[in-house]
Amino acid sequence: MNQVFDLPNFLLILLYAVVPLLFIIPFALMAVFFERKISAWIQNRIGPNRTGYWGLLQTTADILKLMQKEDIVASGADKKLFLLAPMLVFMGSYAAYAALPFSSIYIGTNINLGVLYMVAISGFVVAGIIFAGWASDNKYSIMGSMRSASQLISYEIPTLFVIISIFAVTQELNLKDISEMQTANILNWGIFGYAGLGFKRILLIPALFVLMIILFISTLAETNRTPFDLPEAESELVAGFHTEYSGMKFALFFLSEYANMFAVSALVASLFLGGYQSPFGYLGDLLNLPWLVPLEQVFWFLLKGLLLVGVQMWMRWSLPRLRIDQLMKVCWKYLIPIGFVCFIYITIIMYV
Amino acid sequence: MKTFEELFEILKNKFNEEEDISTHKEGNEDVILIAAPKINLVATFLKNEPELNFDSLILLTGVDDENGEKTTNEDGSFDLSGGTLSVYYHLESTSLKHKLILKTSVPRENPVCPSVALVWRGSDWHEREAYDLIGIIFDGHPNLSRILMPYDWEFGHPLRKDYKNPEFYNGMKVPY
Amino acid sequence: MTNIIESKLKTDEMVLNMGPQHPSTHGVLRVELKLDGEKIVKADSHLGYLHRCFEKHCEAMTYPQIIPYVDRMDYLAAMSNELGYVLAVEKLLKIEIPERVEYIRVIMAEFQRIASHLVALGTFGLDTGAFTPFLYTFRDREKILTLFELTCGARLLYNYIWVGGVSHDLHPDFIRLAKEFIEYFRPKVVELNELLTYNKIFIERTANIGVLPPELAINYGVSGPSLRGSGVKWDIRREDPYSIYDMFEFDIPVGEGLAGTTGDCWDRYYVRILEMEQSLRILEQALDQIPEGDVSAAVPKRVKPIDGISYARVENPKGELGYFIISKGGLQPFRVKVRPPSFVNLSVFSEIAKGHMVADVVAILGSLDIVLGEIDR
Repeated sequence: MNQVFDLPNFLLILLYAVVPLLFIIPFALMAVFFERKISAWIQNRIGPNRTGYWGLLQTTADILKLMQKEDIVASGADKKLFLLAPMLVFMGSYAAYAALPFSSIYIGTNINLGVLYMVAISGFVVAGIIFAGWASDNKYSIMGSMRSASQLISYEIPTLFVIISIFAVTQELNLKDISEMQTANILNWGIFGYAGLGFKRILLIPALFVLMIILFISTLAETNRTPFDLPEAESELVAGFHTEYSGMKFALFFLSEYANMFAVSALVASLFLGGYQSPFGYLGDLLNLPWLVPLEQVFWFLLKGLLLVGVQMWMRWSLPRLRIDQLMKVCWKYLIPIGFVCFIYITIIMYV
Repeated sequence: MKTFEELFEILKNKFNEEEDISTHKEGNEDVILIAAPKINLVATFLKNEPELNFDSLILLTGVDDENGEKTTNEDGSFDLSGGTLSVYYHLESTSLKHKLILKTSVPRENPVCPSVALVWRGSDWHEREAYDLIGIIFDGHPNLSRILMPYDWEFGHPLRKDYKNPEFYNGMKVPY
Repeated sequence: MTNIIESKLKTDEMVLNMGPQHPSTHGVLRVELKLDGEKIVKADSHLGYLHRCFEKHCEAMTYPQIIPYVDRMDYLAAMSNELGYVLAVEKLLKIEIPERVEYIRVIMAEFQRIASHLVALGTFGLDTGAFTPFLYTFRDREKILTLFELTCGARLLYNYIWVGGVSHDLHPDFIRLAKEFIEYFRPKVVELNELLTYNKIFIERTANIGVLPPELAINYGVSGPSLRGSGVKWDIRREDPYSIYDMFEFDIPVGEGLAGTTGDCWDRYYVRILEMEQSLRILEQALDQIPEGDVSAAVPKRVKPIDGISYARVENPKGELGYFIISKGGLQPFRVKVRPPSFVNLSVFSEIAKGHMVADVVAILGSLDIVLGEIDR
């Protein structure tokens, strides 16, 4: 980068960077609200319905409460790390948004290794969680963070198998270019073998379908969602790595969890479900209004991401939790070998 | 399934009737009184003898018999000296389906009774409770410590009839 | 080579105090865990955080005054507690109970068993991380509590079963509503099975965990569903029938190791599910056969039993609940000793938790279904 610093350019970059934040915070508020509503529907309850119309302001009220809460740092805690950890965790999940293509004209930074970047940046989350567990000076916290570290690191391997398999098919690691390959209609989506591959696509479909499920499972594990929510397993570890956190620091963990949920859902959607592409044509093309197309793309992107988030919530409220050794077994004994077989299969189809 | 008389007959053949075992009727229930030092032997016999096979201890109860000499204090409370503390053992055989109640008494001043915790493991906590609340010392118990009261409770054993509340416990006022 | 690496890495056991304030110790139990990583080397339970001197209190109260205190021991199964205590006193008094009262007591005890099992199953799901079954079971339990409220005005602690009778006769609508509940509840058990019992993850979490061999269980005096989960067909309602249980047809379900080894957490869980079905069977028979009569005809004006001892036991939802009463002829008992099923069942915990992981502690505690109110008394 030998660009000369100039202010307008800098402001533009800043604007680009702030846009996801404008998405994440309302999204997290609504996601928490809907998590509670969905859980209520699943469980024969009504859910929050007192604050605002239909309870819509419930999470806003919660955030206001969290902001007012006393910021407690446990006396045995390592203060610097304790402060740093939630920021690091939030940074990791926020930075992942940089590579997400919300539409064909908006992507935080159009880097060539977008997918790898997303996997790599999630390492920040691991570091943050380990810091949180260590700095809390609490045995439950440290156990939660150790679980989390082993879990996140293990589940990156199947994720990477999926990614290199996708790379073998599309020869792209840029999420925007991968999304572009799934254009026009639903049959060009990733699970149906991308556009422009001819008859090979039919052979690829089973492998790609399996890979999507692997990616979805491992992203569940990476966001610590049930059935893989061991780091914060309530019934065992009280609250896991964020046991000692309160107030805004806790809110940051919370926020980053929900931000992460959408980020990984969007990753699955971008790789396999057409990203920001519409499953059929665009209204903007039909009406000859070119400015409408990117907006429609944003709509489709958010819709797909939110649907997957919904699936995550649905799973959370239906399934029990795995044990740590079973979690590892799922990863090392099932996901990695199956992912590897799929990868071999795809390379044979593509290059032989 | 054996009746109480049959069970006692078997025990009588094994143990010395006059000194070690005797029958006793308490209300509607028949009880076998056992001399305290022999309780362990009787327990082992009852458990291992195939035709008895008492494999389960339902309940172990410590009782303060309140039969000692009573000296009343000025404030209405009283002290006891002499007399006995008793232990009741409710036994049952899950295979042969008969039941038996044993009773043993130990002197209040030296309430030592052999433990049956190694015969019936379930009696472990029951004995700890009897120690905690009545103050019977079970000889040979693997871990005879307080169980319901705090570990540092040093004001005696609450279920004794002459137990008096302490004024303060760890700086907290006890009677309210 | 591995030896060299191991010797360089100094590891140590960690002591983890689970409780007294912990989401899944089901109250104020403290479990002191010695951990090697996540593996349990030693598990010690420390009790007494809820000790409220029940037995000492009893010595200063008349027999009927004790009944409300009895409610507060196993507060999830207050009816069954009352039944056990009342039976022990009646054994001392030797009084005849009207038949209608016996039927009402059985109906209440069986409803209470379902209610208590529902809590056990729901919280067991919660312990393994499944949140939803908990609310499903509580929804159904509420309906039972509403029936109790209809009968005696209280939802949790009833003071309903009295010496010689019950405090109120049944509400005129009670039998119709109870039958409606049975109709309603049968499909809900199937629903719970589909949601939790046969869930693959749930089976993975609970099968082969905390295996309690039958000999060990009997030696420890474990009773109730925890004993039957180990495959021992032992139910006080059958072995030593009290009240009028010998008049009803029902089966005693035992654990068969359908998901893993006999006597594991899943078996203990599943026995409870099957027992609810059997309770429904008993209830159907009792509700059909219940005679008319006066429920307070045999209630004595003054409860003053003769000298003597009595031990009465009932099959509480948690296991064998016994009351040992020593009377010296006064208005107050000389000594009341309770055999709380949870107390005995918990004593086996440290034995079966060894070698498992932290997550399994929670599963084992949940499958033993303890209530600290009755352990600590």
